[in-house]
Amino acid sequence: MTRFLLRRILAMIPVCLGVTFLLFSLLYVTPGDPARLVLGEEATEESLQEFRREHYLDRPLLTRYGLFIYNTVVHQDMGRSYMTRRPVTGEIANTFPVTLNLASGSIVLATVMGLAFGIICAVKQYSIFDNITMVIAMLGISTPLFYLGILLILWFSVQLQWVPSSGFDSLSQRLLPWITLSATSMSIITRMTRSSMLEVIRSDYVRTARAKGQTERVVILKHALRNALIPIITIVGIQFGHLLGGAILTESVFSIPGMGRLAVDAIKARDYPIVQGAVLYIAMAYVVINLLVDLLYAWVDPKLRTQCR
Amino acid sequence: MDQQREHILDIRDLRVQYHTDTGLVKAVEGLNLSLARGETLGLVGETGAGKTTTALAIMQLIASPPGRIAGGSIFFEGEDMLAKSEEEKRHIRGGKIAMIFQDPMTSLNPVLSVQEQIAEMIRLHQKVTDKEALEKARDMLGLVGLRPERGPDYPHQFSGGMKQRVVIAIALACSPRLLIADEPTTALDVTIQAQILELMQQLKQHFNTATILISHDLGVVAQLCDSVAIMYAGRILEKADAKSLYANPQHPYTQGLFNSIPDMTKNVTRLNTIAGLPPDPTELPPGCCFAPRCAHASGACSEGSPRMVEYKPGHFVACSRMNGNGGGALGPAEERGQAHG
Ligand SMILES: Nc1ncnc2c1ncn2[C@@H]1O[C@H](COP(=O)(O)OP(=O)(O)O)[C@@H](O)[C@H]1O
Ligand SMILES: [Mg+2]
Repeated sequence: MTRFLLRRILAMIPVCLGVTFLLFSLLYVTPGDPARLVLGEEATEESLQEFRREHYLDRPLLTRYGLFIYNTVVHQDMGRSYMTRRPVTGEIANTFPVTLNLASGSIVLATVMGLAFGIICAVKQYSIFDNITMVIAMLGISTPLFYLGILLILWFSVQLQWVPSSGFDSLSQRLLPWITLSATSMSIITRMTRSSMLEVIRSDYVRTARAKGQTERVVILKHALRNALIPIITIVGIQFGHLLGGAILTESVFSIPGMGRLAVDAIKARDYPIVQGAVLYIAMAYVVINLLVDLLYAWVDPKLRTQCR
Repeated sequence: MDQQREHILDIRDLRVQYHTDTGLVKAVEGLNLSLARGETLGLVGETGAGKTTTALAIMQLIASPPGRIAGGSIFFEGEDMLAKSEEEKRHIRGGKIAMIFQDPMTSLNPVLSVQEQIAEMIRLHQKVTDKEALEKARDMLGLVGLRPERGPDYPHQFSGGMKQRVVIAIALACSPRLLIADEPTTALDVTIQAQILELMQQLKQHFNTATILISHDLGVVAQLCDSVAIMYAGRILEKADAKSLYANPQHPYTQGLFNSIPDMTKNVTRLNTIAGLPPDPTELPPGCCFAPRCAHASGACSEGSPRMVEYKPGHFVACSRMNGNGGGALGPAEERGQAHG
């Protein structure tokens, strides 16, 4: 097990290198001059050159990439923002927890509700509850996130005035963003749970469990769910990845000071150091989530566990 | 009443139906069957005859929807299973009636260790601590010929034959009074089949459990059973003690089954098969369900199901050819059965 973990953690290194290199190449070919954007229209050619030299913008792509990796790994320094002049690590330390909270709160909500709805739908297949849930799930999948966010603000913040429409400090502020961001994933997890459970409920070993005289609750939650979880875990992992992307939109709709908004603003301003830092963090988050998903697999599926040994 | 007390199981005029898109499948249609304590009965019939459905009906495990017990009664130890609450049924399932399913590859839960799956059965029906249950589970593994140390292993680490041994260990863990084995060897290799049958023979003596051995193989049944019932299109066509049935099959269908067993002593190039196919269970023929394939069929055969008659003491046949030969009907249940047919 420790060898498996070690191998997976080592595998993070090439992934992060690859993602950051791709990003550097993209930024290199994207039009837009940071020097001009930061110093403004009236800046002299001299000061522009000075700015580029200071930030190595006049160097070739590989040199810039090498410097970035060297400084990040050796000095844990990702440079300073062109705009605010503050260190990138500090900016990210301020915003990354907010985004992580938004995304993980949403995935927990989506998973818990998705599992609950999916199980009930499978057990009561074709019931009214099942039919209504499936229609809502269909809507949840097809409604764009920003649209749902605006609708929720209109209903619950503007009309009913139950919760504030922006910010992310108190629980009441977090409720709408969590629901908005989790809606699609919740719908997908509900549908996945339902179909996975339906398949497992008809299996022979579930019939064996009933033939033992086991109660229906234990048959469903112990015998069926444990097996149905295997494909559901995959979906939850993929959805968490999507949620990190969706977080950027959600942060814009609800004016949440998260890393998504930081990154979007930085891209507009060609604030390269911030963009690089944000992307590196998101890449690492992806890799860590994948690792967690694999550990969950091993926990649920003894076939994998016996292979890992 | 007397008969009920004597018999551990008494099924009367059982009817089980499945509602499907293509129509109402009458899987079991007027089945009568009884089993004495300690008796081993072979239930023989082609695929689709309704054997598994009968077994699930006894266990009260017919999946609903699409299935439904449409009529009849199942008396287990003199008490009507259909009248029991879900709670009471759960105590009977596993504790008093246990079942071995057809396919060992799929009847064990892949994410639970085999000892846990045996121990679960024990915990459900006996007052034991978790530790005692696990110990007893390992003892059961030993009893079915597996090493007790393999208890913590998972089903995928066992072969098909070993899995079936685990399934048998689960079924017998609480010493049930009735064991239903649904084609326990069909999914296994021939050599493994022999080992499993041998094991079941031993355990039958060890536990003295009344057993229904479901099979489509008359050879398998001959090895283990005291009596044999021949099932066709949801009904029993012939029932007798094994000796009498093998020596003297009476129903044309039973005779056809025996004829279709290849005889290695004779040099034949073709297998004798019964002409035609079993009837479509959504549209059972009126009268005798075997009549469309029967060489002896006459006009009388399509009018009302033939009643079960006692051809010889203990040897029952449902064929209109027998009705002339005298012999009383089994009981009032059969007459009720006719009214439905
Ligand atoms: N769950 C089900 N849904 C619909 N039809 C079924 C179901 N189970 C069994 N049947 C039908 O009932 C009939 C009897 O099946 P079964 O009891 O499995 O027979 P056997 O075990 O003798 O092969 C068959 O025609 C089969 O197609
Ligand atoms: Mg069957």
